[in-house]
This record gives sequence, C-alpha cells and structure tokens, in this order.
Amino acid sequence: MTNVGVERLNPGVERMVTRRVFLEASVGLGGALLVGFHAPSAGAAAGETGVFAPNAFIRIDRKGKITLIMPQVEMGQGVYTAVAMILAEELDAAFDQVVLEAAPPNDKLYGNPTFGLQVTGNSNSIRAFWMPLRKAAAGARAMLVEAASQIWKVDPAGIRTDGSMAIHDASGRRLAYAGLIDRARGLMAPQNPILKDPKDFKLIGKPLKRLDTPDKVNGKVVYGIDVMPPGVKFATIAACPVFGGKVGHVDDGKVKNLPGVRQVVVLDDFVAMVGDHMWAAKQGLAALDITWSEGSNAAISSADVWKQIRAASEQEGAVAKNVGDAAKGLSEGVLHEAVYELPFLAHAPMEPLNCTVHVTPTSCEVWVGIQVLSRAQAVAAKITGLPLDKVTVHNHLIGGGFGRRLEVDFVEKAVLIAKQVDGPVKVVWTREEDIQHDIYRPVYLDRLSASVSNGRIAGWKHRITGSAIIARWLPPAFQKGIDIDAIDSAADMPYDIANLRVEYVRDEPPAVPTGFWRGVGPNNNVFAIESFMDELAKKSNRDPVAFRRDLLGTAPRLKAALDLAAEKAGWGSPLPARTGRGVAVQTAFGSFIATVAQAEVDEHGEVRVQRIVSAVDTGIVVNPDTVIAQLQGGLVYGLTAALYGNISIAKGRVEQSNFHNYRMLRINEMPQIEVHLIKSGEAPGGIGETGTTAAPPALGNALFAATGIRLRRLPIDRDVLSGRKPA
Amino acid sequence: MTNLKVNGVSKAVDVPADMPLLWVLRDVLGLTGTKFGCGIAQCGACTVHVDGDAVRSCVLPVGSIGEREITTIEGVGTTPAGASVQKAWLDVEVVQCGYCQSGQIMSASALLRTTPHPDDADIDAAMAGNICRCGTYARIREAIKKAAQAV
Repeated sequence: MTNVGVERLNPGVERMVTRRVFLEASVGLGGALLVGFHAPSAGAAAGETGVFAPNAFIRIDRKGKITLIMPQVEMGQGVYTAVAMILAEELDAAFDQVVLEAAPPNDKLYGNPTFGLQVTGNSNSIRAFWMPLRKAAAGARAMLVEAASQIWKVDPAGIRTDGSMAIHDASGRRLAYAGLIDRARGLMAPQNPILKDPKDFKLIGKPLKRLDTPDKVNGKVVYGIDVMPPGVKFATIAACPVFGGKVGHVDDGKVKNLPGVRQVVVLDDFVAMVGDHMWAAKQGLAALDITWSEGSNAAISSADVWKQIRAASEQEGAVAKNVGDAAKGLSEGVLHEAVYELPFLAHAPMEPLNCTVHVTPTSCEVWVGIQVLSRAQAVAAKITGLPLDKVTVHNHLIGGGFGRRLEVDFVEKAVLIAKQVDGPVKVVWTREEDIQHDIYRPVYLDRLSASVSNGRIAGWKHRITGSAIIARWLPPAFQKGIDIDAIDSAADMPYDIANLRVEYVRDEPPAVPTGFWRGVGPNNNVFAIESFMDELAKKSNRDPVAFRRDLLGTAPRLKAALDLAAEKAGWGSPLPARTGRGVAVQTAFGSFIATVAQAEVDEHGEVRVQRIVSAVDTGIVVNPDTVIAQLQGGLVYGLTAALYGNISIAKGRVEQSNFHNYRMLRINEMPQIEVHLIKSGEAPGGIGETGTTAAPPALGNALFAATGIRLRRLPIDRDVLSGRKPA
Repeated sequence: MTNLKVNGVSKAVDVPADMPLLWVLRDVLGLTGTKFGCGIAQCGACTVHVDGDAVRSCVLPVGSIGEREITTIEGVGTTPAGASVQKAWLDVEVVQCGYCQSGQIMSASALLRTTPHPDDADIDAAMAGNICRCGTYARIREAIKKAAQAV
C-alpha cells in the first residue's frame, strides 16, 4: 500500500466555494446554521431525569446505557455504524454496548453541516460530520473525566477512559460512566475539547461488523413499508401517465363489489384506491375506469428531448471556470472534438416508494424512510395545515435511496390521501408507478474540445448542457446561471492544463421532472472527460495510463491511485482478441480513485465485463469494510446504468415499466471486483457514490480497447459494437 | 376460509383464492419480512419456500398452495441450511440496505437444501432471479460458498 502524504488539493478552491454557496443558501432558506453540537443538554430526552445528554448525539443513563443518536439516515451505506464508531471512539464507549436511535426531524440539531438541512446525500455524511461528532463525543468524555476527578479529588490529567469507564491508574480506582453522569450533568461542555491523536484510535480504521445488519437477515427489520399501525388500511396510486396531466373522469362502477376495496380517493393529478390490503387496492385500482386529461405534454417524445438539448448546447454557457486562454490554447497543436450524451435514468430502489400517514383534526403521524426528514415533516404540516410540532415523523431504515428519497413527492401524495381516510393509511407505489413517475436523472450533453501538443493538452473546453437540479432543489444555491452539481468534477477536473474553460448551459427537458441520482453531476462529467481523455491518448498514440499520468502532476494522490490500479489490474499484459482494458480516474466527492475495467465483446456486440479493479484514497477510513462494500456496490450501480439504463419517452409518458424492460445487472453477469485502499492521514472523503461514477467511463474505454469502437452515448449500443450500426 | 401452514403454524385466512401469497403474508398475517419488489416475479424480493422450494410469492395465488408448508424469512433460521446462510450473510457482511436480502437468503437456502456444495454455475442459476440494487452480488456468492462449508 502506498502512503501518500500531505498534498495541495487541486480542486480545493471549487470545493470550498461549493460549501460556502451551500452555507449561504441555507441561511437564505431561513434555516439557522447548525449550532446544536455543543449546546448543553440539547438531547431529545434532555428533560429526562437521571440522563446525561451533553449534546444532541449522546445520552447516558444511570444504568450505563449509552444511546447514540444518528443524524444521518441509514440506507445501506453503513452510516449508522460509521457514526457510532466516531462517537464511541472519542467517548471511549464500549462499542458492543451502544444503542442507536434515529434522530427526529430537527434541522437545528441534526442538520447536515454542508446544507444546513437534515439531508443524507452527496456522499458527505462522514465528510460533514467527522469533526462535529468527534468534538461532541470528546466534549462529553471531558465532562465525565472532570466528574471523576471531582469525585476522586485527583487531577483529571491522571484519569484515562476506556470501555465506558473512567480509570485512575495511580490509585487503581475505576468508575463506570453510569456512576459519573449525575455529577457530569452539572458541568459545562468544553468549547474546544481535546481530540484523540489518530494513532490512538481503537475503533476508527477497523473493519467492525455493522450494527444494522443482524435484523436484516431474519426479517425483523422494519422499513417504512413494514409499519403496521393498528387499523391501518392500504392504498396504491395511479398518476396520469402523461407528465403534467390531470385526472379527467373516474368511474368506479366496476369496483364496488370487489372484496376488500374500501375507498376511492380522487385528487388533482392522481387517483388512489384504499383497501384492506395491497391486493384489494391493486385490484380496485385496475378496475377503475379513469379518463385522463393528458394536457400539453401528450405528444412529447425522446426525439424532442434530444432535439432541444442539442440545440441548447450550441449556445455559449455561463462560465464555470476560466484559466489561461482556452481559445488560444485550442489553436495550438492538433484539435480534437467530441460530444457525449447520457440518457434519463430511474432510481428503482428495491423498497418501492411508500409512506404511511395518520391524519386527525389535531395531529399528523408519518412513518417513512427518507433522505430529507425535516422536509417530510414540513410538507406534511403544509398539507394538513397543522403546526410542525403536531406532525410526528418516524424515521425508518431505508431499502435503497440513491437520491430518489431526497424528494418528498411521495410523502405529499400520502398525506393528501390520508386527509380523506379515516385512520392510518399505508400508501405503496407499484413498481410500474415507481419507474413511470420517478424524478429522473436528467439527460446531459457534453461538448469537449482539446488540442494536444507534445504530449500536453494545450487547450481544453468543456460545455455541459443539462437540467439545473439545484435550481429546483435548493434554489438559493443556484447562482449566476451555474448549477454547482452539474459542473462538479468538470470545473475541478484533475489534469494539469494551462488553458481551460468550462461552461454550463441550463436546459430543462420538456415534461420530464429531474432530480439527483447516485453519482450526481460527476457521473456525467467523469464519463465525458475520461472518455475524451482516452480519445486524446489514442490521437496522440499514447498509452491511456501513461498519457493521464503525465498530466496528474498537481494531483499526487490521484496519480498514486492510478499507479496502484494499473499495477493490480496487470495493465499492459496481453489479452485475448476482442477483450480490452479501460481506465478512468476521478476526484469526485473528495476521494481519489482510479479504476481499470476489463471486458470482452462477442460478435453479436454482447458485453461480458470480466474484472474491475479500483484503487481508492479516501483519506482517513472509518470502517474499511464499509468503504470496500460501497465501492463494490457503487460499481455495480454504474455498470447497470452503462449496460442497460435508459428511460425513453413516447407520447409524453415513460416507455419502461418494471424490471423486465428497465434491466438491472444480475449475479450471473457480475465481474470480479477488487478494491484496494490506500492508507492516508488526510481528512475523510466521500465514498457512497464514487463507484457509480467510476464504472461507465472505465467500461467504455475497455470496450474501445476491445473493439476500436468509441461509444459516446450510454447505455452501450450492442448494434454499434457488433458493427450492425455505425457509431 | 383458506388454511395455510406458515413456519410450522396453521393459519386460517379469509381472502380471495387468487390473492398472491405475498400480500397474505404481509398485510393479513403481518409477516413483513417477505418483501414486495416488482409484483411480476422479476426481482425475487418476495421469495419464500413452499415445501422447501424457492417460489416468488408475489405471483403465487394463495388458493393454489393447499397443504404444502410455507417457510418465510422469519422461520428459515430453524432449518439447517437457513441458519447457516443467515450466519454466513453476517460473517461476510453481505448486507447493505437489506431490502432484497430476505429473498436472497430464501433463494440461497433453497439452493443449499438440494445442492449442498454449489459451484458458480449453480449459484448463478439459483440466484439470477434475485436483484440487489445495492450490488452485493460478490459477497452473496462468497457467503453461499461459506455457508455450504458449514452445512
């Protein structure tokens, strides 16, 4: 393993700007910035007697039970375990005895420091909470030590902590935290507690077992879809198949005698059927005769979407980055140009969208798994007209988020239904409704031009065209025509290029709603840039690894990852005919990753991905097994998109409907995946989305190496790879 | 009334004969460990055992089961194959979001019942009907092999 020292982070300036914009945006939203970490007794049960709650994340009771409150939601990424490890590390709590609890909706106490909102996304849970959690736990520990020093009348410097105990070695005395809490409660939390030296970490860096998984192998875990409040009824919905359409007329004549059917709820743009169970609701909905008022989008097709974005991409965009003189640089050397296009994608988390709601005249209770907890509460309050404190939201483990649960549309619909239903109602979307009424990864179009002179890139121009998700999702962060997500990994691309210009053109697709999708902006930009770098290497008759390596002088951590990945993948060793290796590098989400894919293409254009090797420098690693798992899984998510992912539009509606025509990678198609972690003492990077970003360009470059055919659109086109169709 | 034997316990349910077993388990009997994923037998999240064989409960009419014994994720731990699969799943740390894993474990334990030492092709054939959106497939394969050693 390579140990990489301190380095100047090439894209650091942009990242700081990004963070600052988010912070300003959150102030603009009227939300107070995160301040809860060191407020004394800010815990949810602070009023409880006999409980030490030094901050919003830790509660210790007289029996010694240590409860850790999770500010981020668990959707499979392992954040509950990682957050618990960080807190337990600085608290010196016995890890096998901690109890985890989901945070209630509260932006002030539990908001993500990057957004000022209770958001789990952007692969930033550990990046954002790393220091705040360490300080919170170290402060609590300092208070317990102070309490012990008062009881024992000794210098606190002589007291150490371990396994939820204060220990005074000089006298051999020890006291469990449970015995210290009454005195500790009266103390003030220190403003700047001393943090552990990383060399003293006992938990951080170890591949500890996840705390959320035992109940996930025996059926005990309760996802949102599993809640059963007494008397609950079940509902499922049909929205107008055409985006933006409304309900016209509903005839329920054929429904009335169906067993278990209870109630039809007709709303502006969708219809819900309520029954004694999901089967009754599904049968009842299918029996309804619904006439839709399809509206103005009824003729929209994918061709219209592409025609519009291609035209938009011809315009000059807002300047996201301008270094040197790109026009002058482009005039030197051999000019190369390319256009890359990415399709709409659905998220398709395995847990279908669902939300259970019970509305009474004075209260609203919501059970849901969601990445934006406080927004779920806010939308329920808005629809019911109740004050926030009358809206209870139970935050459940999530059966897959991937960005779909950064939206509250499914909460809104459930509350609208529940307002008309007596008692609690569980609203579950069918898979068809999920695929056809997602908030989709937008189509993107990237225009790239560069000139190469003596192995260096003399000029570089990248124009990104696509939807501005930020403008809808966090409006104050959309400034000067720039979507900071859409340019992520493009404006801060890692190569050392003297003359560079990056532009952004906002183009909202007709009819189709767009949102964040695992890997977000970097998915598009890394695919375009790394495909284009491969094209430039080919034009220059250079090896793709060597060509990149020479341009990574200002990114030593990435260069080290590239070297390691190339070595582990056997880069340069001979391969059979129609088999190739492709490489891609990225700095997205604060992690430095190089990936080599190896794939074979048969005469029919069918692709067999054989092997993927990733080398990862993500700074200090909290749980290495989780990091490896996220890379493995993220790569599969990205491969699925590259091999199959496509949402197409005809007559204003989505053509795909379920897993038979919106395909997923399956176990029999799996490549061998190897992830190599690089030891680092740098601050933690993000990891949850990185594999998704890495896989498509590495695969595309491998397919080029195997066939000589460059694919500039995803998903891969087997007709092109077989030669049946021109590229 | 339809009589079902679920995890060794007899249950009488008043439901239409064409109602898929999935919804009877989840919404009538409250056995929510069995998951809804697609409704058309494409994803395997709803997999249960009927007389030890893996079946997709989302398309299995409850009236077609008769006297046969149903085992769900809540009960599979009492079988030798089920217990070893559950243990291997934790030892290998297969699980991410976990939503598909009930179905994965049911498919894997049905495989081991009939094929105690599966090779990669056996695993592909038995498990290709189960989608995992988190992409835990590599660990699923590893865990099945580990469980096979233990059975």
